[in-house]
Amino acid sequence: MTEFRSQDEEVGQVRQRAIVAGGFVFICLCLLASRFFYLEVMRYDYYHTRAEDNRIAVVPVAPNRGTIVDRKGEVLARNFAAYTLEINPSRVDDIDDTIDRLGEIVQIDDYDRRRFRKFRESSKFFESVPIRTKLTDQEVARFVARRYLFPGVDVKARLFRVYPHGDLFGHVIGYMGRINTRDEERIEADGEEANYRGTDHIGKRGLEQSYESLLHGRTGSEQVEVDVGGRAVRVLDRQTAQPGNSLILTVDVGLQRVASEAFEGRRGALVAMDPKTGGVLALVSSPSFDPNLFVDGISVADWKALNDSPDHPLLNRAIYSAYPPGSTFKPFMGLAGLELGKRSARQAIADPGYFVFGGHRFMDDKVGGHGMVDLHKSIVDSCNTYYYMLANDLGIEAIADFMAPFGFGSQTGVDIPGEASGVLPSPAWKRARFKKPGQQKWYGGETISVGIGQGYNAYTPIQLATALSTLVNDGVMFRPHIVKYIVDPVTGARTQVEPEPIRRIPLKPENLKAVRNAMVDVTLEGTGARPFKDAGYTVGGKTGTAQVFSLKGGRYREGDVAERLRDHSWFIAYAPAEDPKIAMAVLVENGGFGSRSAAPIARTVMDYYLLGKRPGDPVVTPEPQAPAGGGD
Amino acid sequence: MMEWKLHPVALIKGLFRPIDAPLFLMVCLLMAASLMLMQSASPERMQAHLMNTGVALTLMWITARVPAPRLLSMAMPLYLIGVLLLVGVALFGETSKGAQRWLHIGVTRIQPSELMKIAMPLMLAWYFHQREGAIGFMEFVVAGILLAIPVGLIVTQPDLGTSLLVAAAGFYVIYFAGLSWRLLVPVFLVGVVALGTIVVLGDSLCQPGVDWQILREYQKQRVCTLLDPTSDPLGSGFHIIQSTIAIGSGGLLGKGWLNGTQTHLAFIPERHTDFIFAVLAEEFGLVGTLLLLAVLMTLILRGLVIAVGATSLGQRLLAGAITMIFFTYAFVNMGMVSGILPVVGVPLPFISYGGTALVTLCVGVGILMSIQRERILSQS
Repeated sequence: MTEFRSQDEEVGQVRQRAIVAGGFVFICLCLLASRFFYLEVMRYDYYHTRAEDNRIAVVPVAPNRGTIVDRKGEVLARNFAAYTLEINPSRVDDIDDTIDRLGEIVQIDDYDRRRFRKFRESSKFFESVPIRTKLTDQEVARFVARRYLFPGVDVKARLFRVYPHGDLFGHVIGYMGRINTRDEERIEADGEEANYRGTDHIGKRGLEQSYESLLHGRTGSEQVEVDVGGRAVRVLDRQTAQPGNSLILTVDVGLQRVASEAFEGRRGALVAMDPKTGGVLALVSSPSFDPNLFVDGISVADWKALNDSPDHPLLNRAIYSAYPPGSTFKPFMGLAGLELGKRSARQAIADPGYFVFGGHRFMDDKVGGHGMVDLHKSIVDSCNTYYYMLANDLGIEAIADFMAPFGFGSQTGVDIPGEASGVLPSPAWKRARFKKPGQQKWYGGETISVGIGQGYNAYTPIQLATALSTLVNDGVMFRPHIVKYIVDPVTGARTQVEPEPIRRIPLKPENLKAVRNAMVDVTLEGTGARPFKDAGYTVGGKTGTAQVFSLKGGRYREGDVAERLRDHSWFIAYAPAEDPKIAMAVLVENGGFGSRSAAPIARTVMDYYLLGKRPGDPVVTPEPQAPAGGGD
Repeated sequence: MMEWKLHPVALIKGLFRPIDAPLFLMVCLLMAASLMLMQSASPERMQAHLMNTGVALTLMWITARVPAPRLLSMAMPLYLIGVLLLVGVALFGETSKGAQRWLHIGVTRIQPSELMKIAMPLMLAWYFHQREGAIGFMEFVVAGILLAIPVGLIVTQPDLGTSLLVAAAGFYVIYFAGLSWRLLVPVFLVGVVALGTIVVLGDSLCQPGVDWQILREYQKQRVCTLLDPTSDPLGSGFHIIQSTIAIGSGGLLGKGWLNGTQTHLAFIPERHTDFIFAVLAEEFGLVGTLLLLAVLMTLILRGLVIAVGATSLGQRLLAGAITMIFFTYAFVNMGMVSGILPVVGVPLPFISYGGTALVTLCVGVGILMSIQRERILSQS
């Protein structure tokens, strides 16, 4: 009967093990009991004193947020102290009644009440919640005199963010907003909970968001004695807060203003940068918004106005909206032809005014064509046929491989959040983009459209500015950045955000020269000549028109289509051509021909940057007419 | 078992038959304390807490009515479902607070690691039960693998607290199954030495630049804060400083029910969940805390007695493991609130607010009752 024996053994074993476990439990519980005895009996006096007579609260001291200034030191974001009236809901019995009574002393609007309710939902149980911000001195005095009537209500000095230039830098600086649940989760995941105690605002967009951890600083703390009402009586111990770093930017307020005003309220975007460092000199997305509206919780009316506007002012067109580049793609295509050995600079093709592929006629803008066209003429006159043929000869894979290093179709890595990656079309991209097998195939005709910057091509203005910078900087690409220095507020030490070349594209100097010479002639005799008349410096540029609405087979006539369906107007430019100090991409939505809308903006910005000339000094130009010939 | 009797007394007797009186009494004492403490710490949660308690007790009763062998036969499917759900979490889980723990199923979301706390000991007890009479070295290796899979999955979520609890649950089964002392004792000693090292070398290990490899930054923070709570007065040290003040100021007899100044001034965060012990210690003093320890000790002893007397190997192992899980919850929770263990999210059993944990624990009690009932039936 071995089985019985083994079962007996097992019972015995479990019994033995249970006795050991019981002993272990007993020892552990005794350990706990001795800990409780130590805390509650031996150390009772100490803790009793700490808890009962002088209740000690650890109060976080929020750090001062770093300021943001432009390259010349002009302030773009700073802090100011204001009094806020705050209620600690855990210490108030009837909150509605308290607010009603407070309303007799200080002004409290429906908006304040609504905001209070909203904040209260998202705040922790024991936190105080603002009911009124930015109290006047009189209101503070009136409340303080009656404070004893309002347990759980207090006036606190809080720092608010202010943006002196309003909507000029809305898309660059972004704004601050109250910490919401999602922010809280991120803070918790980063182990930054302690550092955000006492802070209730956080960067939500732009530089305020991307440099949040640097701008914020380190929270300090005070151990304070509090009375029965929970008010601080005396500070016992203090760990000072460490203010956040300040930022010095590469942008220039003057240039940004000139650039923004040049849009005259039209929709569009401009990115100007120093091609030698990647430093962004101006970044405009028009129309913009005033970040000051958000600081204190945006009102419903303001939010509706911003959100419902057909112009979408909250949209950062400079880094998020991707458009077909149109003819601004041609210099890059031309360079591809030279570099990949499919064309020489002198080699000319005959342009009959169209290119036939697969039974379809791809039209040039000039009826009858441009005649014999070489690389130079193809850029200066923006000849489509040249690029239809070139694209066909290169093939889509080669085009995509050549363009990718210039940053087309990928995020530039600029230091503000929310960048789109655009689309650099290729058969692989199409396979990934479409689900149905029928749509996944790449057609030869699509390559032809890509050659003139139409079709699936879609790039953001900052991508185009970066690609142009790379082209004029002999193939050395810098990551565009807006922050130039990070300044330690205590030591004053500046850390330069070093310009880092992220890539060196091997390009032959003679090929670069051929393309750039043609771009200079664009502004001297080509499609960009009129806006750059008498410029006083040499400019390389290229116009572009991105089709919004395709008129099949017909020729495009501006008057025929509604304003919102008109073509987008592009202009890319750099100057001085011999030694570029500025390179930019300008886009005007539904602006029509590039030479008409976008190029004059580029001229205005360059005049200011290179000559210090403001647009007030008028250069009288004749009323523009539709160009007589040439693409765009 | 399911016979229907019309006589009312017999009917009521029948309803109560699966319930083990000593266990039930201890659980009721703990729940009564819980209701009192909740009234003090967070009265607005009273209604929800009563509902949770009702649901948990009902589930306990239902579990107690299921014959113990049938419980064990559910081990394999439950375990497989649990592991599958954990894999699901790893693949499609919802990330909350930096960790993937939740899985959306239709309208509701579930935390599969909670299911694992019951499924894990069930599975191992069932496995050893199948191998009864032939338990050798290989059986322990297999059990170790069965244990490592879900624990590994939970660690990667990452959820260190839960993975430790699940690992402990499985370990207890292996322990009761007779894992050699020659293996247990060295492991125990290594653990003690490792802890000692951290305590002794704490200062240099807690320097900001030091990377701990196996632990995440915030977990390192917690261990370091335990060694020196004042180093992080606003972060996790805040909890420990405040809860020790609350406990210490309770004194011998406490400040009396509803009179805890620390808890009422809201210095104690999470005072209704993981830190509810601080409320008890402050309001009922050393007497209250020792009473709690006594009730818990009784509960655990009763569980161990049931384990020793159970009718089959599987039931013995299961009962022993579940009992020790109660102990682990209680010890880790009170240890952390009183500042001798790092802060990990473990509730005080039957007392902390929170429906999921309460249900898990009550199902555990139900299993113990079912096992005890099996014994009574086999003796009659």
